Amino acid sequence: MQYMLLIYGDENSWTEQEREECMLESMKITDELAAQGKYIAASPLHPVSMATSLRVRDGKRQITDGPFAETTEQLGGYYLIDVADLDEALAIASRLPPAKKGTVEIRPLFPLPEPN
Amino acid sequence: MDKSACIAKVEDLYQRDSRKVFATLVRLLGDFELAEEAMHEAFAAALQQWPEQGLPHNPLAWLVSAGKFKALDGIRRKQKFGQLQPDLQRLAEELGEHQEYMAEQEIEDERLRLIFTCCHPAIDARIQVPLTLREVCGLTTEEIASAFLTQPATLAQRIVRGKAKIRDARIPFKIPELAELPARLDAVLSVIYLIFNEGYSASAGDAAIRRDLSDEAIRLTRLVLELLPDPEVMGLLALMLLHESRRAARTDENGDLVLLEDQDRSVWDRQMIEEGKQLVRRALATRRFGFYTLQAAISAVHADAASPQETDWHQIVALYSLLLQVEDSPIIALNRAVAVAMRDGPGAGLEIIDQLLRHKELAQYHLAYSARGELLRRSGQPQLARQAYAQALSLAKQAPERRFLQARLAELDA
Repeated sequence: MQYMLLIYGDENSWTEQEREECMLESMKITDELAAQGKYIAASPLHPVSMATSLRVRDGKRQITDGPFAETTEQLGGYYLIDVADLDEALAIASRLPPAKKGTVEIRPLFPLPEPN
Repeated sequence: MDKSACIAKVEDLYQRDSRKVFATLVRLLGDFELAEEAMHEAFAAALQQWPEQGLPHNPLAWLVSAGKFKALDGIRRKQKFGQLQPDLQRLAEELGEHQEYMAEQEIEDERLRLIFTCCHPAIDARIQVPLTLREVCGLTTEEIASAFLTQPATLAQRIVRGKAKIRDARIPFKIPELAELPARLDAVLSVIYLIFNEGYSASAGDAAIRRDLSDEAIRLTRLVLELLPDPEVMGLLALMLLHESRRAARTDENGDLVLLEDQDRSVWDRQMIEEGKQLVRRALATRRFGFYTLQAAISAVHADAASPQETDWHQIVALYSLLLQVEDSPIIALNRAVAVAMRDGPGAGLEIIDQLLRHKELAQYHLAYSARGELLRRSGQPQLARQAYAQALSLAKQAPERRFLQARLAELDA
Protein backbone atom coordinates (compact mmCIF):
# COMPACT_ATOMS: atom_id res chain seq x y z
CA MET A 1 0.00 0.00 0.00
CA GLN A 2 1.41 3.36 -1.00
CA TYR A 3 1.03 6.42 1.19
CA MET A 4 2.04 10.00 0.73
CA LEU A 5 3.19 11.76 3.85
CA LEU A 6 2.61 15.49 3.45
CA ILE A 7 4.65 17.62 5.80
CA TYR A 8 2.90 20.78 6.97
CA GLY A 9 4.34 23.43 9.25
CA ASP A 10 5.04 27.10 9.71
CA GLU A 11 8.03 27.52 7.39
CA ASN A 12 9.27 30.53 9.35
CA SER A 13 9.49 28.66 12.63
CA TRP A 14 12.73 26.80 11.81
CA THR A 15 16.18 28.02 12.80
CA GLU A 16 19.06 27.29 10.43
CA GLN A 17 20.44 24.70 12.84
CA GLU A 18 17.07 22.96 13.23
CA ARG A 19 16.71 22.82 9.46
CA GLU A 20 20.08 21.18 9.12
CA GLU A 21 19.42 18.64 11.87
CA CYS A 22 16.06 17.85 10.33
CA MET A 23 17.69 17.27 6.95
CA LEU A 24 20.29 14.89 8.40
CA GLU A 25 17.70 12.95 10.37
CA SER A 26 15.38 12.75 7.36
CA MET A 27 18.16 11.43 5.14
CA LYS A 28 18.91 8.75 7.71
CA ILE A 29 15.26 7.69 7.68
CA THR A 30 15.03 7.63 3.89
CA ASP A 31 18.20 5.48 3.72
CA GLU A 32 16.64 3.06 6.18
CA LEU A 33 13.37 2.94 4.24
CA ALA A 34 15.25 2.40 0.97
CA ALA A 35 17.16 -0.53 2.48
CA GLN A 36 13.84 -2.11 3.49
CA GLY A 37 12.27 -1.53 0.07
CA LYS A 38 9.72 0.90 1.49
CA TYR A 39 11.01 4.08 -0.10
CA ILE A 40 9.64 5.49 -3.33
CA ALA A 41 10.47 9.20 -3.21
CA ALA A 42 10.87 12.14 -0.85
CA SER A 43 11.87 15.76 -1.04
CA PRO A 44 11.69 19.04 0.80
CA LEU A 45 10.02 21.89 -1.12
CA HIS A 46 11.09 25.51 -1.54
CA PRO A 47 9.06 27.95 0.57
CA VAL A 48 5.60 28.99 -0.71
CA SER A 49 7.04 32.34 -1.81
CA MET A 50 8.58 30.35 -4.66
CA ALA A 51 5.21 28.81 -5.60
CA THR A 52 3.38 29.54 -8.84
CA SER A 53 -0.29 28.69 -9.23
CA LEU A 54 -2.04 28.02 -12.50
CA ARG A 55 -5.68 27.76 -13.51
CA VAL A 56 -7.05 27.19 -16.99
CA ARG A 57 -10.40 28.92 -17.49
CA ASP A 58 -12.18 29.13 -20.83
CA GLY A 59 -9.04 27.82 -22.44
CA LYS A 60 -6.93 30.64 -20.99
CA ARG A 61 -4.08 30.18 -18.56
CA GLN A 62 -4.25 32.26 -15.38
CA ILE A 63 -0.90 32.30 -13.63
CA THR A 64 -0.42 33.81 -10.18
CA ASP A 65 2.55 34.23 -7.89
CA GLY A 66 2.06 32.30 -4.63
CA PRO A 67 0.46 29.17 -3.22
CA PHE A 68 -3.02 27.71 -3.80
CA ALA A 69 -4.16 29.23 -0.48
CA GLU A 70 -2.60 31.45 2.16
CA THR A 71 -2.36 29.43 5.37
CA THR A 72 -0.46 29.65 8.64
CA GLU A 73 1.05 26.20 8.02
CA GLN A 74 2.40 25.35 4.60
CA LEU A 75 3.24 22.21 2.68
CA GLY A 76 7.00 21.93 3.12
CA GLY A 77 7.84 18.50 1.76
CA TYR A 78 6.65 14.98 1.11
CA TYR A 79 7.51 11.31 1.36
CA LEU A 80 6.13 8.60 -0.85
CA ILE A 81 6.37 5.21 0.84
CA ASP A 82 5.21 1.64 0.24
CA VAL A 83 4.28 -0.16 3.46
CA ALA A 84 1.88 -2.84 4.71
CA ASP A 85 -0.80 -0.70 6.32
CA LEU A 86 -1.75 2.58 8.02
CA ASP A 87 -0.12 1.58 11.32
CA GLU A 88 3.23 1.17 9.61
CA ALA A 89 2.79 4.51 7.82
CA LEU A 90 1.94 6.12 11.17
CA ALA A 91 5.02 4.60 12.80
CA ILE A 92 7.25 6.08 10.09
CA ALA A 93 5.47 9.45 10.13
CA SER A 94 5.92 9.75 13.88
CA ARG A 95 9.70 9.47 13.46
CA LEU A 96 9.91 12.42 11.05
CA PRO A 97 11.38 15.49 12.77
CA PRO A 98 8.71 17.93 11.42
CA ALA A 99 5.99 15.87 13.18
CA LYS A 100 7.19 17.44 16.44
CA LYS A 101 6.68 21.00 15.17
CA GLY A 102 3.96 20.78 12.56
CA THR A 103 1.60 18.16 11.17
CA VAL A 104 2.15 15.13 8.97
CA GLU A 105 -0.88 14.32 6.85
CA ILE A 106 -1.02 10.70 5.72
CA ARG A 107 -2.88 10.05 2.49
CA PRO A 108 -3.27 6.63 0.88
CA LEU A 109 -2.67 6.65 -2.86
CA PHE A 110 -5.68 5.68 -4.93
CA PRO A 111 -4.57 2.59 -6.88
CA LEU A 112 -5.45 2.71 -10.57
CA PRO A 113 -6.23 -0.49 -12.49
CA GLU A 114 -3.14 -1.69 -14.33
CA PRO A 115 -3.20 -0.89 -18.06
CA ASN A 116 -4.01 -3.87 -20.29
CA MET B 1 -28.18 -35.58 15.17
CA ASP B 2 -31.48 -35.36 13.26
CA LYS B 3 -32.31 -32.72 10.70
CA SER B 4 -34.34 -30.41 12.88
CA ALA B 5 -31.61 -30.46 15.56
CA CYS B 6 -29.06 -29.53 12.89
CA ILE B 7 -31.17 -26.60 11.76
CA ALA B 8 -31.60 -25.49 15.37
CA LYS B 9 -27.82 -25.68 15.81
CA VAL B 10 -27.24 -23.45 12.78
CA GLU B 11 -29.76 -20.93 14.09
CA ASP B 12 -28.15 -21.00 17.52
CA LEU B 13 -24.68 -20.46 16.05
CA TYR B 14 -26.03 -17.59 13.99
CA GLN B 15 -27.42 -15.91 17.11
CA ARG B 16 -24.32 -16.36 19.21
CA ASP B 17 -21.34 -16.54 16.92
CA SER B 18 -22.14 -14.96 13.56
CA ARG B 19 -20.12 -11.85 14.49
CA LYS B 20 -17.06 -14.01 15.19
CA VAL B 21 -17.34 -15.57 11.75
CA PHE B 22 -17.89 -12.11 10.31
CA ALA B 23 -14.85 -10.64 12.13
CA THR B 24 -12.66 -13.44 10.77
CA LEU B 25 -13.94 -12.94 7.24
CA VAL B 26 -13.42 -9.17 7.45
CA ARG B 27 -9.77 -9.71 8.22
CA LEU B 28 -9.30 -12.35 5.53
CA LEU B 29 -11.19 -10.40 2.88
CA GLY B 30 -10.24 -6.89 4.04
CA ASP B 31 -13.68 -5.66 3.07
CA PHE B 32 -16.82 -5.28 5.20
CA GLU B 33 -19.38 -5.73 2.40
CA LEU B 34 -17.70 -8.84 0.99
CA ALA B 35 -17.44 -10.27 4.50
CA GLU B 36 -21.08 -9.60 5.38
CA GLU B 37 -22.22 -11.27 2.17
CA ALA B 38 -19.85 -14.21 2.58
CA MET B 39 -20.93 -14.73 6.20
CA HIS B 40 -24.60 -14.97 5.21
CA GLU B 41 -23.82 -17.32 2.34
CA ALA B 42 -21.82 -19.53 4.67
CA PHE B 43 -24.75 -19.85 7.08
CA ALA B 44 -27.09 -20.54 4.17
CA ALA B 45 -24.74 -23.31 3.01
CA ALA B 46 -24.68 -24.76 6.53
CA LEU B 47 -28.47 -24.87 6.58
CA GLN B 48 -28.41 -26.91 3.37
CA GLN B 49 -25.45 -29.19 4.02
CA TRP B 50 -25.38 -29.98 7.72
CA PRO B 51 -28.77 -31.76 7.85
CA GLU B 52 -27.57 -33.98 4.97
CA GLN B 53 -23.91 -34.50 5.85
CA GLY B 54 -23.99 -34.12 9.62
CA LEU B 55 -22.46 -31.51 11.91
CA PRO B 56 -18.83 -30.66 11.08
CA HIS B 57 -16.17 -31.29 13.70
CA ASN B 58 -15.47 -27.57 14.18
CA PRO B 59 -18.58 -25.67 13.04
CA LEU B 60 -17.09 -22.15 13.31
CA ALA B 61 -14.03 -23.08 11.28
CA TRP B 62 -16.33 -24.73 8.74
CA LEU B 63 -18.35 -21.51 8.45
CA VAL B 64 -15.23 -19.36 8.05
CA SER B 65 -13.90 -21.70 5.41
CA ALA B 66 -17.23 -21.82 3.57
CA GLY B 67 -17.48 -18.02 3.69
CA LYS B 68 -13.99 -17.71 2.27
CA PHE B 69 -14.75 -19.99 -0.66
CA LYS B 70 -18.04 -18.23 -1.34
CA ALA B 71 -16.15 -14.94 -1.50
CA LEU B 72 -13.52 -16.51 -3.72
CA ASP B 73 -16.27 -17.77 -6.06
CA GLY B 74 -17.72 -14.27 -6.17
CA ILE B 75 -14.34 -12.80 -7.02
CA ARG B 76 -13.81 -15.37 -9.77
CA ARG B 77 -17.24 -14.65 -11.23
CA LYS B 78 -16.39 -10.98 -11.42
CA GLN B 79 -13.10 -11.86 -13.04
CA LYS B 80 -14.93 -13.59 -15.89
CA PHE B 81 -16.71 -10.38 -16.62
CA GLY B 82 -13.34 -8.70 -16.80
CA GLN B 83 -13.97 -6.17 -14.03
CA LEU B 84 -11.51 -7.46 -11.43
CA GLN B 85 -9.51 -4.75 -9.75
CA PRO B 86 -5.87 -5.32 -8.87
CA ASP B 87 -6.55 -5.51 -5.12
CA LEU B 88 -9.24 -8.16 -5.67
CA GLN B 89 -6.79 -10.08 -7.85
CA ARG B 90 -4.26 -10.01 -5.01
CA LEU B 91 -6.96 -11.02 -2.54
CA ALA B 92 -7.98 -14.02 -4.64
CA GLU B 93 -4.36 -15.17 -4.73
CA GLU B 94 -3.93 -14.73 -0.98
CA LEU B 95 -7.16 -16.55 -0.18
CA GLY B 96 -6.14 -19.45 -2.36
CA GLU B 97 -3.02 -19.88 -0.23
CA HIS B 98 -4.91 -19.96 3.09
CA GLN B 99 -6.50 -23.37 2.82
CA GLU B 100 -6.04 -24.58 6.36
CA TYR B 101 -8.77 -24.66 8.97
CA MET B 102 -8.55 -22.17 11.81
CA ALA B 103 -8.41 -23.18 15.43
CA GLU B 104 -11.34 -22.23 17.66
CA GLN B 105 -9.23 -19.84 19.75
CA GLU B 106 -7.98 -18.03 16.66
CA ILE B 107 -11.58 -17.29 15.70
CA GLU B 108 -12.28 -16.01 19.23
CA ASP B 109 -9.41 -13.51 18.87
CA GLU B 110 -10.80 -12.11 15.63
CA ARG B 111 -13.46 -9.98 17.34
CA LEU B 112 -10.82 -8.35 19.49
CA ARG B 113 -8.83 -7.48 16.36
CA LEU B 114 -11.94 -5.94 14.90
CA ILE B 115 -12.53 -3.83 18.05
CA PHE B 116 -9.05 -2.36 17.75
CA THR B 117 -9.71 -1.62 14.09
CA CYS B 118 -13.09 0.06 14.75
CA CYS B 119 -11.59 2.11 17.62
CA HIS B 120 -8.50 3.14 15.64
CA PRO B 121 -7.55 6.77 16.35
CA ALA B 122 -7.53 7.42 12.58
CA ILE B 123 -11.33 7.05 12.73
CA ASP B 124 -13.39 9.98 14.00
CA ALA B 125 -14.47 9.47 17.64
CA ARG B 126 -18.15 9.94 16.71
CA ILE B 127 -17.82 7.09 14.23
CA GLN B 128 -15.97 4.66 16.53
CA VAL B 129 -18.94 3.95 18.83
CA PRO B 130 -21.62 3.20 16.21
CA LEU B 131 -19.09 1.36 14.05
CA THR B 132 -18.14 -0.92 16.95
CA LEU B 133 -21.78 -1.59 17.82
CA ARG B 134 -22.67 -2.35 14.22
CA GLU B 135 -19.67 -4.38 13.11
CA VAL B 136 -18.43 -6.05 16.30
CA CYS B 137 -21.71 -6.46 18.19
CA GLY B 138 -23.99 -6.83 15.17
CA LEU B 139 -26.63 -4.31 16.33
CA THR B 140 -28.74 -2.88 13.53
CA THR B 141 -28.44 0.77 12.57
CA GLU B 142 -32.04 1.29 13.76
CA GLU B 143 -31.25 -0.14 17.19
CA ILE B 144 -28.18 2.05 17.57
CA ALA B 145 -30.10 5.10 16.36
CA SER B 146 -32.88 4.53 18.85
CA ALA B 147 -30.43 4.14 21.73
CA PHE B 148 -28.53 7.30 20.85
CA LEU B 149 -31.56 9.31 19.71
CA THR B 150 -29.94 9.92 16.34
CA GLN B 151 -31.45 9.67 12.88
CA PRO B 152 -30.76 6.22 11.39
CA ALA B 153 -29.69 7.88 8.13
CA THR B 154 -27.06 9.97 9.94
CA LEU B 155 -25.71 6.92 11.73
CA ALA B 156 -25.72 4.80 8.59
CA GLN B 157 -23.68 7.52 6.89
CA ARG B 158 -21.13 7.55 9.71
CA ILE B 159 -20.79 3.78 9.64
CA VAL B 160 -20.28 3.81 5.87
CA ARG B 161 -17.62 6.50 6.27
CA GLY B 162 -15.85 4.46 8.93
CA LYS B 163 -15.81 1.33 6.81
CA ALA B 164 -14.57 3.23 3.78
CA LYS B 165 -11.74 4.72 5.84
CA ILE B 166 -10.69 1.28 7.09
CA ARG B 167 -10.68 -0.08 3.55
CA ASP B 168 -9.13 2.82 1.64
CA ALA B 169 -6.55 3.93 4.20
CA ARG B 170 -5.89 0.26 4.99
CA ILE B 171 -6.28 0.39 8.74
CA PRO B 172 -4.97 -3.03 9.74
CA PHE B 173 -7.00 -5.80 11.38
CA LYS B 174 -4.59 -6.57 14.16
CA ILE B 175 -3.91 -6.13 17.82
CA PRO B 176 -1.46 -3.23 18.14
CA GLU B 177 2.16 -3.82 18.97
CA LEU B 178 3.23 -3.72 22.58
CA ALA B 179 4.67 -0.20 22.39
CA GLU B 180 1.36 1.23 21.20
CA LEU B 181 -0.93 -1.06 23.14
CA PRO B 182 -1.51 1.11 26.25
CA ALA B 183 -2.67 4.14 24.23
CA ARG B 184 -4.74 2.02 21.86
CA LEU B 185 -6.27 0.05 24.72
CA ASP B 186 -7.32 3.34 26.35
CA ALA B 187 -9.24 4.24 23.20
CA VAL B 188 -10.97 0.85 23.14
CA LEU B 189 -11.89 1.07 26.83
CA SER B 190 -13.29 4.56 26.48
CA VAL B 191 -15.46 3.49 23.53
CA ILE B 192 -16.75 0.56 25.58
CA TYR B 193 -17.37 2.83 28.58
CA LEU B 194 -19.33 5.25 26.36
CA ILE B 195 -21.43 2.37 25.09
CA PHE B 196 -22.09 1.27 28.66
CA ASN B 197 -23.01 4.73 29.90
CA GLU B 198 -25.34 5.27 26.99
CA GLY B 199 -27.10 2.08 28.00
CA TYR B 200 -27.01 2.84 31.70
CA SER B 201 -27.99 6.48 31.95
CA ALA B 202 -31.76 6.83 32.17
CA SER B 203 -31.78 9.93 29.99
CA ALA B 204 -33.90 8.81 27.06
CA GLY B 205 -34.50 6.17 24.45
CA ASP B 206 -35.91 2.65 24.39
CA ALA B 207 -35.26 0.95 27.74
CA ALA B 208 -34.81 -2.55 26.32
CA ILE B 209 -32.27 -1.49 23.72
CA ARG B 210 -30.40 0.57 26.28
CA ARG B 211 -30.11 -2.52 28.42
CA ASP B 212 -28.70 -4.37 25.40
CA LEU B 213 -26.03 -1.70 25.11
CA SER B 214 -24.91 -2.26 28.70
CA ASP B 215 -24.87 -6.01 28.16
CA GLU B 216 -22.83 -5.61 24.99
CA ALA B 217 -20.35 -3.34 26.76
CA ILE B 218 -19.89 -5.92 29.51
CA ARG B 219 -19.51 -8.71 26.97
CA LEU B 220 -16.92 -6.74 24.98
CA THR B 221 -14.91 -6.03 28.11
CA ARG B 222 -14.96 -9.71 29.07
CA LEU B 223 -13.60 -10.47 25.64
CA VAL B 224 -10.84 -7.86 25.94
CA LEU B 225 -9.99 -9.11 29.43
CA GLU B 226 -9.73 -12.72 28.29
CA LEU B 227 -7.06 -11.79 25.80
CA LEU B 228 -5.41 -8.85 27.58
CA PRO B 229 -5.49 -9.28 31.36
CA ASP B 230 -4.63 -5.63 31.99
CA PRO B 231 -5.57 -4.15 35.42
CA GLU B 232 -7.58 -1.31 33.87
CA VAL B 233 -9.59 -3.80 31.81
CA MET B 234 -10.38 -5.60 35.09
CA GLY B 235 -11.24 -2.23 36.62
CA LEU B 236 -13.60 -1.30 33.80
CA LEU B 237 -15.37 -4.66 33.89
CA ALA B 238 -15.70 -4.39 37.68
CA LEU B 239 -17.04 -0.85 37.42
CA MET B 240 -19.68 -1.84 34.90
CA LEU B 241 -20.74 -4.94 36.84
CA LEU B 242 -21.04 -2.97 40.08
CA HIS B 243 -23.14 -0.28 38.38
CA GLU B 244 -25.23 -2.84 36.53
CA SER B 245 -25.88 -4.72 39.79
CA ARG B 246 -28.05 -1.77 40.89
CA ARG B 247 -30.14 -1.56 37.72
CA ALA B 248 -33.33 -2.88 39.35
CA ALA B 249 -33.01 -0.44 42.26
CA ARG B 250 -32.00 2.75 40.53
CA THR B 251 -35.32 3.69 38.93
CA ASP B 252 -38.79 3.56 40.46
CA GLU B 253 -42.01 2.39 38.80
CA ASN B 254 -42.34 5.78 37.02
CA GLY B 255 -38.87 5.48 35.58
CA ASP B 256 -37.58 8.17 37.95
CA LEU B 257 -34.07 8.03 39.35
CA VAL B 258 -33.61 6.69 42.87
CA LEU B 259 -30.51 8.01 44.63
CA LEU B 260 -27.98 5.50 45.89
CA GLU B 261 -28.89 6.28 49.51
CA ASP B 262 -32.61 5.67 48.88
CA GLN B 263 -32.21 2.46 46.86
CA ASP B 264 -33.60 -0.87 48.07
CA ARG B 265 -30.31 -2.70 48.54
CA SER B 266 -32.00 -6.07 48.79
CA VAL B 267 -32.63 -6.06 45.02
CA TRP B 268 -29.01 -5.40 44.12
CA ASP B 269 -27.59 -8.30 42.10
CA ARG B 270 -25.21 -10.03 44.57
CA GLN B 271 -23.62 -12.22 41.92
CA MET B 272 -22.49 -9.22 39.86
CA ILE B 273 -21.29 -7.50 43.01
CA GLU B 274 -19.19 -10.54 44.00
CA GLU B 275 -17.60 -10.75 40.57
CA GLY B 276 -17.00 -7.00 40.54
CA LYS B 277 -15.36 -7.05 43.95
CA GLN B 278 -13.07 -9.91 43.01
CA LEU B 279 -11.96 -8.04 39.90
CA VAL B 280 -11.30 -4.88 41.93
CA ARG B 281 -9.12 -6.88 44.34
CA ARG B 282 -7.18 -8.42 41.45
CA ALA B 283 -6.67 -5.02 39.78
CA LEU B 284 -5.62 -3.28 42.99
CA ALA B 285 -3.14 -6.07 43.73
CA THR B 286 -1.23 -5.29 40.52
CA ARG B 287 -0.49 -1.76 41.77
CA ARG B 288 -0.72 -0.59 38.14
CA PHE B 289 -4.37 0.41 38.38
CA GLY B 290 -5.90 3.69 37.26
CA PHE B 291 -9.10 5.58 36.55
CA TYR B 292 -11.50 2.67 36.08
CA THR B 293 -10.21 0.56 38.94
CA LEU B 294 -10.45 3.41 41.44
CA GLN B 295 -14.02 4.18 40.42
CA ALA B 296 -14.85 0.48 40.69
CA ALA B 297 -13.25 0.38 44.14
CA ILE B 298 -15.50 3.24 45.27
CA SER B 299 -18.50 1.41 43.88
CA ALA B 300 -17.39 -1.76 45.70
CA VAL B 301 -17.27 0.05 49.05
CA HIS B 302 -20.89 1.16 48.50
CA ALA B 303 -21.83 -2.39 47.53
CA ASP B 304 -20.38 -3.67 50.82
CA ALA B 305 -22.53 -1.42 53.00
CA ALA B 306 -25.84 -2.83 54.20
CA SER B 307 -27.19 0.73 54.53
CA PRO B 308 -25.98 4.26 53.63
CA GLN B 309 -25.12 4.89 57.30
CA GLU B 310 -22.87 1.84 57.43
CA THR B 311 -20.80 2.98 54.41
CA ASP B 312 -17.06 3.26 55.03
CA TRP B 313 -16.83 6.96 54.13
CA HIS B 314 -13.20 7.20 55.24
CA GLN B 315 -12.26 4.75 52.54
CA ILE B 316 -14.44 6.44 49.95
CA VAL B 317 -12.85 9.84 50.62
CA ALA B 318 -9.39 8.26 50.38
CA LEU B 319 -10.25 6.61 47.04
CA TYR B 320 -11.65 9.88 45.65
CA SER B 321 -8.44 11.64 46.67
CA LEU B 322 -6.43 9.03 44.71
CA LEU B 323 -8.80 9.38 41.77
CA LEU B 324 -8.25 13.14 41.75
CA GLN B 325 -4.53 12.49 41.39
CA VAL B 326 -5.16 10.27 38.35
CA GLU B 327 -7.65 12.66 36.80
CA ASP B 328 -7.99 16.20 38.06
CA SER B 329 -11.64 16.80 37.23
CA PRO B 330 -14.04 19.17 39.02
CA ILE B 331 -16.77 16.53 38.89
CA ILE B 332 -14.59 14.05 40.80
CA ALA B 333 -13.78 16.85 43.26
CA LEU B 334 -17.52 17.41 43.72
CA ASN B 335 -18.10 13.72 44.43
CA ARG B 336 -15.26 13.80 46.91
CA ALA B 337 -16.88 16.80 48.66
CA VAL B 338 -20.12 14.85 49.06
CA ALA B 339 -18.17 11.94 50.57
CA VAL B 340 -16.36 14.34 52.93
CA ALA B 341 -19.78 15.62 54.05
CA MET B 342 -20.81 12.07 54.87
CA ARG B 343 -17.61 11.52 56.84
CA ASP B 344 -17.23 14.87 58.63
CA GLY B 345 -20.70 16.42 58.45
CA PRO B 346 -22.43 18.71 55.92
CA GLY B 347 -20.43 21.81 56.91
CA ALA B 348 -17.12 20.30 55.76
CA GLY B 349 -18.63 19.29 52.42
CA LEU B 350 -20.24 22.69 51.87
CA GLU B 351 -16.91 24.39 52.37
CA ILE B 352 -15.33 22.37 49.54
CA ILE B 353 -18.31 22.79 47.20
CA ASP B 354 -18.34 26.58 47.66
CA GLN B 355 -14.65 26.62 46.86
CA LEU B 356 -15.26 24.55 43.71
CA LEU B 357 -18.09 26.84 42.61
CA ARG B 358 -15.80 29.85 42.82
CA HIS B 359 -13.59 28.15 40.21
CA LYS B 360 -16.25 28.61 37.50
CA GLU B 361 -15.85 25.17 35.90
CA LEU B 362 -18.82 23.86 37.86
CA ALA B 363 -20.82 27.09 37.76
CA GLN B 364 -23.18 25.71 35.07
CA TYR B 365 -23.28 22.17 36.44
CA HIS B 366 -26.70 21.42 37.96
CA LEU B 367 -25.42 18.60 40.20
CA ALA B 368 -23.09 21.00 42.02
CA TYR B 369 -26.10 23.09 43.14
CA SER B 370 -28.18 20.02 43.82
CA ALA B 371 -25.42 18.65 46.10
CA ARG B 372 -25.12 22.04 47.77
CA GLY B 373 -28.89 22.14 48.34
CA GLU B 374 -28.81 18.68 49.87
CA LEU B 375 -26.02 19.59 52.31
CA LEU B 376 -27.75 22.87 53.26
CA ARG B 377 -30.96 20.97 53.91
CA ARG B 378 -29.13 18.50 56.13
CA SER B 379 -27.45 21.30 58.07
CA GLY B 380 -30.87 22.85 58.83
CA GLN B 381 -30.82 25.80 56.41
CA PRO B 382 -34.01 25.22 54.35
CA GLN B 383 -34.12 28.74 52.90
CA LEU B 384 -30.63 28.50 51.39
CA ALA B 385 -31.28 24.89 50.37
CA ARG B 386 -34.34 26.06 48.45
CA GLN B 387 -32.29 28.61 46.53
CA ALA B 388 -29.65 26.03 45.63
CA TYR B 389 -32.22 23.50 44.40
CA ALA B 390 -33.97 26.20 42.36
CA GLN B 391 -30.68 27.07 40.73
CA ALA B 392 -30.04 23.38 39.99
CA LEU B 393 -33.50 23.11 38.43
CA SER B 394 -32.81 26.09 36.17
CA LEU B 395 -29.74 24.27 34.80
CA ALA B 396 -30.99 20.66 34.63
CA LYS B 397 -32.15 19.45 31.22
CA GLN B 398 -33.13 15.79 31.54
CA ALA B 399 -36.69 15.04 32.55
CA PRO B 400 -35.99 12.51 35.36
CA GLU B 401 -33.49 14.88 36.96
CA ARG B 402 -35.92 17.78 36.72
CA ARG B 403 -38.67 15.72 38.35
CA PHE B 404 -36.25 14.76 41.13
CA LEU B 405 -35.34 18.40 41.82
CA GLN B 406 -38.99 19.50 41.71
CA ALA B 407 -39.81 16.81 44.28
CA ARG B 408 -37.02 18.08 46.56
CA LEU B 409 -38.31 21.64 46.28
CA ALA B 410 -41.85 20.50 47.09
CA GLU B 411 -40.56 18.66 50.18
CA LEU B 412 -38.84 21.82 51.41
CA ASP B 413 -42.02 23.85 50.91
CA ALA B 414 -44.15 21.36 52.83
